[in-house]
Amino acid sequence: MFDIDLWREIFQSINKNRTRSLLSGFTVTFAILLFTILFGLANGLNNTFSKTFVDEASNAIFIRTGKTSKAHKGLQAGRRIQLKNQDFVYIKEDFDSETEYIASKVFKNITASYKNKKNNYSLIAVNPDNQYVEKSKVYSGRYVNQLDIDNQTKVIVIGRLVEDELFSRTSALGKNINLSGISYKVVGVFSDDGGDDEERIIYMPLSTAQQIYGNNDYVDQINLTYNPDFDYNQAIDFGLDLEKKLKNRFNVASNDQRAIRIFNRAMQNKGINQMTSVLGILILIIGMGTLIAGVIGISNIMIFIVKERTKEIGIRKALGASPKSIVSIILIESILITTLAGYLGLLVGVGVLEWASPVLKTYFITDPSVSKSLVISATLTLIGAGTLAGYLPAKKASKIKPIVALRDD
Amino acid sequence: MLEINQLHKSYAIGDSSLHVLKGIDLSVAKGEMVAIMGSSGSGKSTLLNIIGMLDEADSGEYVLDSVTIKNLTEKKAAIYRNKFLGFIFQSFNLINYKNALENVALPLYYQGLKRKERQEKARFHLQKVGLLDWQTHLPSELSGGQKQRVAIARALASNPKLLLADEPTGALDTTTSSDIMAFLQQLNDEGKTILIVTHEEDIAAMCKRIIRLRDGIIMEDKIVTQVRAEPHV
Repeated sequence: MFDIDLWREIFQSINKNRTRSLLSGFTVTFAILLFTILFGLANGLNNTFSKTFVDEASNAIFIRTGKTSKAHKGLQAGRRIQLKNQDFVYIKEDFDSETEYIASKVFKNITASYKNKKNNYSLIAVNPDNQYVEKSKVYSGRYVNQLDIDNQTKVIVIGRLVEDELFSRTSALGKNINLSGISYKVVGVFSDDGGDDEERIIYMPLSTAQQIYGNNDYVDQINLTYNPDFDYNQAIDFGLDLEKKLKNRFNVASNDQRAIRIFNRAMQNKGINQMTSVLGILILIIGMGTLIAGVIGISNIMIFIVKERTKEIGIRKALGASPKSIVSIILIESILITTLAGYLGLLVGVGVLEWASPVLKTYFITDPSVSKSLVISATLTLIGAGTLAGYLPAKKASKIKPIVALRDD
Repeated sequence: MLEINQLHKSYAIGDSSLHVLKGIDLSVAKGEMVAIMGSSGSGKSTLLNIIGMLDEADSGEYVLDSVTIKNLTEKKAAIYRNKFLGFIFQSFNLINYKNALENVALPLYYQGLKRKERQEKARFHLQKVGLLDWQTHLPSELSGGQKQRVAIARALASNPKLLLADEPTGALDTTTSSDIMAFLQQLNDEGKTILIVTHEEDIAAMCKRIIRLRDGIIMEDKIVTQVRAEPHV
């Protein structure tokens, strides 16, 4: 129910005691300001974490191999473990439901030249799925596709900076680049958020590279993304299971750390996630603590206000004010002061974050903003806090006996 | 109109208790103008407070306009006060941050009237006390007599059955006092029932009936010939 007269009464009373109202709101303003800034900083830190790893999909798992460090099943240490196409097929088929995308990779360093321009780049031969594991954005042409793999076509997809450097801002699409003596047709150009190095890569069909650069079926690395429905623990379990099975497959000791190395983003993410939630709880405690201090401050001043207005409340009661109307005046005044003061804090806090955000970038804090849902929950919290702050004073006010209040001093 | 039987009231003072009203019997008819007199400690203010429902008696019966006033909840007391009673105080008790019109309109707000209606009624009563031109002035900008007239307008605003005045002229000089009394007499002439607590003989003489209290009992209750107050304005 909206009672305009009640609000008129309240504004009149606040307006009459501007300094007092301002002072009582100050603690709450400060509490919310502090909370907003802390929350924004934590948010910014979080953003930095997620931005640092945008290079690859957040659910990526990398499989690399090396030499065995331990003798196992009669095989000596120092044996080189080599991944092959059949291992790729094995993982793809045996872990079909656990994997989302999977790609094999072969790495080469080559010199690329176009007309009179020449430069060194890393060449990576891949399967089509690699685009999704690496989160490459093809903005012109296309990526390596299955047809390329099947036909071992001599096509390449180049990074944005490769195009920039070799073609000096003209389109590379459809042109032929010479890679260490062999000519390849550019069918696509991509960009990547992972930084400049990621955009100085030339991708080629895996089968093409295997035929031309060794005539074998060797694979340097297998990258995959796990089922996105997995939670961290499921993903970690999957990684461990994969490692165990691969070690079995290659007759590697289970405690051999070098022969088969699996890097699982889930492990990293879980750690970050734990850290940010601890940080969040910490900030919540600090913010709540300050807010409670603010509530106590407002409550204190409201009690003082009630004491100061004892006579007025007595008059109102003598004129027929019900206890309820006295309670609502005090309570709404408290809620109004708390909410307005809180919003002021929120506004100033957001302003400070906005203003400081370029400076904060140096401290690994990216885009420290506050979300809409926080604003909504802050509003609800403030109304709750105002009610809490006003409750006791309002109760006190409603118990004032007009006979006592009106006694002439 | 007002019927009181065997009213008793005590206050606890530390361990002992002070028996303030020791069995009051009082009957006031509609249209009367009654002065309640007595020295301080005689119980006159306590009696007025009980009549005004600001305080409750320990025992005895109190009937106002055929309604028995007993075991009042705060809420009910508020409604009765608003409906039956108009208060006039010695120290005016206007709300200092509200202007004259807003002060007069306040009881009407608690009656739940609409703003427009409130202001209309409040203006009517302000005009009645001759202060319509002062409606936007704050109490601090008014003289003592003007303040008391605003207070009377406020007491009249809810059209109560009974006007209760506690030393209405106690804070005023003689000239202003007789202005106020003249106005109260005029209201009584129009049919309002008025109860005035006072310790001044000349004020009491301006009523139609004088009740003298001493040590919590009624010593004297007599009808007097009303002395008409001389208005100076």
